[in-house]
Amino acid sequence: MQFGIFTVGDVTPDPTNGRTPSEHERIKAMVTLALKAEEVGLDVFATGEHHNPPFVPSSPTTMLGYVAARTERLVLSTSTTLITTNDPVKIAEDYAMLQHLADGRVDLMMGRGNTGPVYPWFGQDIRQGIPLAIENYGLLHKLWRTEVVDWEGHFRTPLQGFTSTPRPLDGVPPFVWHGSIRSPEIAEQAAYYGDGFFHNNIFWPQEHTRKMVGLYRQRYAHYGHGAPEQAIVGLGGQVFMRHNSQDAVREFRPYFDNAPVYGHGPSLEEFTEQTPLTVGSPQQVIERTLGFRETVGDYQRQLFLMDHAGLPLKTVLEQLDLLGEEVVPVLRKEFASLRPAGVPETAPAHPATTRKESA
Amino acid sequence: MKLVVVSAGLSSPSSTRLLADRLAASAAGRLRQAGATAEIEVEVEVEVEVEVVELRDLALDIAKHLVTGFPPPALGAALGAVADADGLIAVTPVFNASYSGLFKSFFDLVDPDALTGTPVLLAATGGTARHSLVLDHALRPLFAHLRAPTVPTAVYAASEDWGSRGPGADGHADGLAARIDRAAGELAGLMAARPGMGTAGAGRDNGIPDVVPFEQQLARLGG
Repeated sequence: MQFGIFTVGDVTPDPTNGRTPSEHERIKAMVTLALKAEEVGLDVFATGEHHNPPFVPSSPTTMLGYVAARTERLVLSTSTTLITTNDPVKIAEDYAMLQHLADGRVDLMMGRGNTGPVYPWFGQDIRQGIPLAIENYGLLHKLWRTEVVDWEGHFRTPLQGFTSTPRPLDGVPPFVWHGSIRSPEIAEQAAYYGDGFFHNNIFWPQEHTRKMVGLYRQRYAHYGHGAPEQAIVGLGGQVFMRHNSQDAVREFRPYFDNAPVYGHGPSLEEFTEQTPLTVGSPQQVIERTLGFRETVGDYQRQLFLMDHAGLPLKTVLEQLDLLGEEVVPVLRKEFASLRPAGVPETAPAHPATTRKESA
Repeated sequence: MKLVVVSAGLSSPSSTRLLADRLAASAAGRLRQAGATAEIEVEVEVEVEVEVVELRDLALDIAKHLVTGFPPPALGAALGAVADADGLIAVTPVFNASYSGLFKSFFDLVDPDALTGTPVLLAATGGTARHSLVLDHALRPLFAHLRAPTVPTAVYAASEDWGSRGPGADGHADGLAARIDRAAGELAGLMAARPGMGTAGAGRDNGIPDVVPFEQQLARLGG
């Protein structure tokens, strides 16, 4: 099982003192968190992709390339890569290049993006979101696997005799996850290709997550990639920890109450009851996360959202210490002991990474 | 058969709820009666279950759903009841020349497909009869958008209607009781005539969402 962090990259004022970091500070903080993730023994760092303020990560492979140069072991990923509004040809090239630079420590998660104006800004139509995701990914999949591509579709100019360069490292494309919260079509797409399915359950009741993952598993088996329990599943999580759980609640409450996504709505208590948000002790986080397994079965990747809503860098670094030192080691052991034989421990890693480990 | 009543009155007791209850009682009575007198080979007892959704009790949940994107449990149950209804009675007070904001906010949270084909009886209350066309100018287009057939008679109850008898206060329309009965009869008729009557929602939630097979998704791109 892999554990990591994923960041949205929001620039949000700290509600406790009104201070807003600059874009530069936020970008550097994201990199600091990625390096810290490796330092504390996490496996994955994933960045979001956004093209509108108050978000900074518009150029994921630039950031991940920089992180790749300064890490040894960390898997670099996205949460998510916009398959709708990016040109699939450029995604094929950018992430193949990143794969070479990072010696294979790259995978990525496809997402559609839900910011309406981004579609027209990039010449697309949000009403075509699903067809764009289907067609663009079909092309991306082909570009990484076929040397010379002749292709024609609806959403971009046709290709004749096109070769995407560089070719994937050792001819093995990056592993792909498909992220979706509520579109069965995307679970179906992930199942069809035998790719991973990531349910970003952090703002949603678990029942919903169970249904979407259940659908993906069922269809994964339908398409002959393996048994339902062998499908590759990832989940989100959102935690804030202090050794004394009351301290965690007290410290996190102003950030919760003013958070961009759910602030000024339900109470912290209601939200922690209804969604996977856990605010409390490391032990509570361990128990809650193990509970995800009860909902979706044995799964392969757990990403935590740690750095949003204006939390200062220092606090988030403390959170990563707790995560890496007290939570993840216990979770690794527990998940491993519960996982039946035949269920993959992680998503397929690039052969170059395992070579390196055995060397 | 399931009849769901959505009442957006804010006071307690409210005249909106009073009207909703009168409409529900009349419609349920008609449905039971129709079952009893139907010419059918096998005797079928029409069981009518009436569920009232009081939006006042869900006001905070509705606001929370609007900001988080998912319903707290009680609101989730109410939305589920609306989606599974065989017939719906929707009653709102008139605020500033239209349905109340709470009423609209609730229906903003109803899945766009949830009411497709569900017969709906529209009703509203107000201090004066001058706003009665709200039913046809505001409520009917909303339910047309949701592809829900609305019964021809919509019932508006002004304060004065509660104290009048016989013809309506203007001396031309039927009185409130007659309008309620006519509207309820129309609703019962549509509900009874609906194909698959009484099975709405059956098998709707088997735990796994419906999906369009990938080959079909690909095929849709072509052509």
